[in-house]
Amino acid sequence: MKIHEYQAKELLRQYGVPVPDGGVAFTSEEAREIAARLNTRAVVKAQIHAGGRGKAGGVQLVSTPDEAASTAGELLGKSLVTYQTGPEGQVVSRVLVEGALGIASELYLGMVIDRATERVVVMASTEGGVEIEKVAAETPEKILKQYADPALGLMPYQARLLAFGLGLQGKTASAAASFIMKLYQLFVDKDCSLAEINPLVILEDGGVIALDAKLNFDDNALYRHPEVTDLRDLTEEEPLEIEASEYGLSYIKLDGNVGCMVNGAGLAMATMDIIKLAGGEPANFLDVGGAAKEESVTNAFRIILADENVKAVLVNIFGGIVRCDIVAQGVVNAARNLDVKVPVVVRLEGTNAEEGLKLIEESGMKFVTAKGLKTAAENAVKAATGQEV
Amino acid sequence: MSILVNRETRVVVQGITGREGSFHTEQCVAYGTKVVAGVTPGKGGETANGIPVFNTVAEAVEKEGANASLIFVPPAFSGDAVLESASAGIELVVCITEGIPTVDMIKVKDALRGTGVRMVGPNCPGVITPGQCKMGIMPGFIHMEGRVGVISRSGTLTYEAVAQLTELGIGQSTCIGIGGDPVIGSTFLDLLRLFNDDPETDAVVLIGEIGGSAEEEAAEYIGREMKKPVVSFIAGQTAPPGKRMGHAGAIIAGGKGTAAEKVSALEKAGVIVSSSPADIGAKVAEVLGL
Repeated sequence: MKIHEYQAKELLRQYGVPVPDGGVAFTSEEAREIAARLNTRAVVKAQIHAGGRGKAGGVQLVSTPDEAASTAGELLGKSLVTYQTGPEGQVVSRVLVEGALGIASELYLGMVIDRATERVVVMASTEGGVEIEKVAAETPEKILKQYADPALGLMPYQARLLAFGLGLQGKTASAAASFIMKLYQLFVDKDCSLAEINPLVILEDGGVIALDAKLNFDDNALYRHPEVTDLRDLTEEEPLEIEASEYGLSYIKLDGNVGCMVNGAGLAMATMDIIKLAGGEPANFLDVGGAAKEESVTNAFRIILADENVKAVLVNIFGGIVRCDIVAQGVVNAARNLDVKVPVVVRLEGTNAEEGLKLIEESGMKFVTAKGLKTAAENAVKAATGQEV
Repeated sequence: MSILVNRETRVVVQGITGREGSFHTEQCVAYGTKVVAGVTPGKGGETANGIPVFNTVAEAVEKEGANASLIFVPPAFSGDAVLESASAGIELVVCITEGIPTVDMIKVKDALRGTGVRMVGPNCPGVITPGQCKMGIMPGFIHMEGRVGVISRSGTLTYEAVAQLTELGIGQSTCIGIGGDPVIGSTFLDLLRLFNDDPETDAVVLIGEIGGSAEEEAAEYIGREMKKPVVSFIAGQTAPPGKRMGHAGAIIAGGKGTAAEKVSALEKAGVIVSSSPADIGAKVAEVLGL
């Protein structure tokens, strides 16, 4: 799960990590009030979940409360297009207004779970303010790393190694080490999957502060963090994906025209892949889950068909514990109740596959049944382009 | 002719009285698995489907000689269940549970390091040695006794591959679903080593997917030490970056973990990579000269 920068900074503040003074505004009037209270030059930052806001004009320096209000007015309600949002952009519904800082230098600090070592890795670099992936690819030696022992956690000496490794000295080095330790505590306490401070700023007075902040959370751990779950902003997510998750379905919208309904995440990905190999483009990823009951099949169909690009649907079920005849009945009922107009190709394999196919064929509806993954995909791609199958 | 489990394996089911636990225990027993005990704290002394239930894994080990545990307890309690089994002297822990926080798994794996306890999962279908022992939720009937090992991060995609093999008359020595989470007990690498040393496995099918670098690590080992042919398929060639594809671990993050990178690493190591999920069985037949 992702949250906004201003929410991340609020969490940082709770952990004693230095962040700029400021506040979130939903209207230009609120932006004016915050800027007036700050009584200094301020920065107005569009709050969307995608990165690349600065280059897209979503971060503006203002000198007066009036200017803060007018800048906020320009950003709010507008769609901001960054390299991460896609061409349609993301609508800005709130801005963060913060006091501008006297910056001496910009560094990078990040924490993620490193899958290879199975530990939390803390990464620091003097190359702040730029894309860290680029630094990692071009000059990996410029990224310092420390791995936290799972039982002991990050030790203070490791934070010092990073701070001194960045070339910091004196009280600035101590402040940076303390910053790192506090951020690590937040990371583990809240089950983060990523914490990124880019840039981490060294102030002209030697202080250390988070100019930007990004926190992602492990979805599997949200059950024990209701305070984090409360920060979820549904307007930042694809509506169909939210609806699907409410039904326990895992759905991701893609750009193609062949809708897919599959049980199991791996098989769902493989189904997308084989559609592509057959010359088509998948319209979505959809895993109906281990217990593909009639209700989830109906919901899955509704979500797939809500995407207007879908010209054919491929149902690919491998019955293990799930019985194909039950899924087949669900498919027949869903197609009937939802008055499905596009061709539906059904491939059933595994437990009770024959009984399932019989139900499909005897339904009197226009399904195409297929034996084997390859034939099923080819038929679905043909059907999507209006060819007879 | 197998790794991890065989007809001698004595299974204790943790969470045997729960809905999932009780259903799948019945299925495993029907397949012929020796399920000797169940554990549900507080229900010790009862029986479930005729199987004695104990309060602790230690009792199940002591009284019934259990040496492998199958876990169905909810995510919040799974880490504890794994460590309980390990402390009781269980050698193999298979955790089916989906939705365990990554930080919990990191701690569990760290605690298991050096103990000799082998863990499979979580978020996986389990382990099966066809004809001998089914320790998991996979449909037993699609399998066939034989000499090809299968390792996969997926559930139903594993069944797909197994069914293709069986259809072609190619049996399996042992099939393992290692799980779709970012941090898992046994990796491709761990199990490839076992298959490499198993005199009754002739070839291995490795089914990977986007996210992480476990396939690359496997490729490095295969290129260096694997004595047997390996056939692979990597799911998610069409998956967009930054999106979690169902499995917690199936995500292309920061441009890393793409299918293309994995395919290229595996091919460099001499692995036959099937570009289509429909041709996995056929590729195995090819490398075996069938």
